[in-house]
Amino acid sequence: MSAANTPLPGWVTFFLMPLLNLVTALVISGLVIWLIGQNPFEALGYLLNGALGNGMGVGFTLYYATNFIFTGLSVAMAYHAGLFNIGSEGQAYVGGLGCALVALALDQYVPWYVTMPFAILGAGIFGAAWAFIPAWLQARRGSHIVITTIMFNFIGAALMVYLLVHVLKPAGAMSPETRGFGPGGQLPNLDWLMAMFGSRLGPAPLNVSFIISLVMCVAVWFLIWRTKFGYSVRALGMSKSAATYAGIPYARTVIVTMLLSGGLAGMMALNVVMGSADRLQVEFVGGAGFVGIAVSLMGRNHPLGILLAAILFGILYQGGAQLSFMMPQITRDMIVMIQGLVILFAGALEFLYRPALVRVFSRRQMLAEA
Amino acid sequence: MHTVDIIVGMLGSTIRLSIPLIFTALAGLFSERSGIFDIGLEGKMLASAFASAVVAYYTGSPWLGLTGGILVSILFSLVHGYASITARGNQIVSGVALNFVAAGLTVVLGNAWFRQGGRTPQLANTARFTEIEFPGAEAAREMGFLGKFYADVISGQNILVYLAFITVPIVWWVVYKTRFGLRLRAVGENPGAVDTAGISVVWLRYRAVIIAGFLCGFSGTYLAIAQSASFINNMSAGKGYIALAALIFAKWKPVPVMFACLLFGFLGAFSNFMQGKSMPLIGEVPVQFYQALPYILTCVLLAGFIGTARPPKAGGIPYTKER
Repeated sequence: MSAANTPLPGWVTFFLMPLLNLVTALVISGLVIWLIGQNPFEALGYLLNGALGNGMGVGFTLYYATNFIFTGLSVAMAYHAGLFNIGSEGQAYVGGLGCALVALALDQYVPWYVTMPFAILGAGIFGAAWAFIPAWLQARRGSHIVITTIMFNFIGAALMVYLLVHVLKPAGAMSPETRGFGPGGQLPNLDWLMAMFGSRLGPAPLNVSFIISLVMCVAVWFLIWRTKFGYSVRALGMSKSAATYAGIPYARTVIVTMLLSGGLAGMMALNVVMGSADRLQVEFVGGAGFVGIAVSLMGRNHPLGILLAAILFGILYQGGAQLSFMMPQITRDMIVMIQGLVILFAGALEFLYRPALVRVFSRRQMLAEA
Repeated sequence: MHTVDIIVGMLGSTIRLSIPLIFTALAGLFSERSGIFDIGLEGKMLASAFASAVVAYYTGSPWLGLTGGILVSILFSLVHGYASITARGNQIVSGVALNFVAAGLTVVLGNAWFRQGGRTPQLANTARFTEIEFPGAEAAREMGFLGKFYADVISGQNILVYLAFITVPIVWWVVYKTRFGLRLRAVGENPGAVDTAGISVVWLRYRAVIIAGFLCGFSGTYLAIAQSASFINNMSAGKGYIALAALIFAKWKPVPVMFACLLFGFLGAFSNFMQGKSMPLIGEVPVQFYQALPYILTCVLLAGFIGTARPPKAGGIPYTKER
């Protein structure tokens, strides 16, 4: 039997392999740190301590993780239907517009818990709208969704810069951003959550969006594995022709899946726009959409895995910020590189160690049977 | 300003903006024609820009800089090749990953080596590819439109510009007139058939990605040591994606690639020129519109409204030999 099809125990596929991939990425990063004359172990210590060492660190870690949960779910949603959504970045960016418009309209008049449901809808609808055109092009005109979503990332970025510079910027202001939201447009922090663990959040912007992201994890899990629609999505992802023969409408399923995917990406904006910055800024997504690809792949497209992978990337982000503070030789760009390596090894080279593991485990099995 | 000066200036600027796109899009052409999607063009461009600036700084030679840029770019290509050909990984993910690695690594190394926030030191003119003045250019400048065109568009460019325009027919010849080109086109459409004919799909694809790395090395070098005199953080600034759009816009064909790149280069030059000026009837068109235009055009093309863009059939799918 070929190594590619030999079954491996679940914990090897879902835990050991991603772990080995992650370690490989970290070892290479360590080599780069060593190459520029720094101590990689010291760096790793600062990274872990900065991300998990105190309440503020954990707060920042979970704040970043919230972004990655939304974008990770967005990529996974599309992936289950066999669609590769590279556009979560742009969808989240445009989602920010929906979120900000709601906040700008309501923040003076109602408390945050009234604004929030509308903001979720606004962010979701704008994100979905940005995914709609690539989805329609894929479903009806056969354009490759990977390419169209990449193009839409750039079109979205140009659109948002235009809107922020020419339309949404308050008169007389210098920087391209909307006015700050009043209390009605701000999502409250989760101090009480940290207090439950006897620690303090400090200035970390961990907010209600984290809870929304957890709810979305459950919702996506339910949708994909417990509903008829989820079944048709997965069937389509397995085999387009088989699904079509079974009477699953291709165009409709593709479009609806992409709308959900875009909506999830759009909701990411809540966390940054209303949970932290309290205004809409240029490039607030900051690559989270692309990180979502890695999060989804590392989490094996399952919400629970996505949650864990998102926290891992949250640790990298927050720990990296701390690291660059403690070791000025290592700039924040190091984190971009580490992310790239994690995406490379956990995503593109995810089965790197599979043949070796198959050798180890099939021998074990044979011994056990004998 | 005189209309003639404007037109000549615009043409010159169009060419300068098109060159990195031409090299990069031709690089993507080889990779994608062999069935390997290449989203990582941007990263290769950036990595080679950094490498060429560093090598040129230490050696003082632009040619060694170019060599450095090419080698690093090929190295990135080989990683992409290993992930997508040997490990049969996801080509899109690999490309995205390499873009991240290049964006991070160049700044980290630049900062560690030169302490200028990721920039490399300013290069002397001897370490750069500088403008080549053709004979009689100075005199020709006084002789109306054709003279100005000769002096400021034909002459006065650096060697990489001329190389880019020479590369286009060479690529056309390789892709359509050689045995390698025939097999390259075949392996992107139907790798199984190529394999059945006894030709190694793996080796063919590796050669394609190596050529892609080679050509991206030129575009990065052009950015860092011909157009500018140092590497600057993220100096590729999305040009890799514009090149990808140009490649699709040109339907994966070499000569149309050149024209698509010139078109997108012209859009860039035009938007620079139009900044703050207003168009008759329309008023001031925001610069962001011109920036988005290549991407919008590509989507319109992909939708089949202006002809059809049919990508190589086997693109993005790892090849597994039958057992």
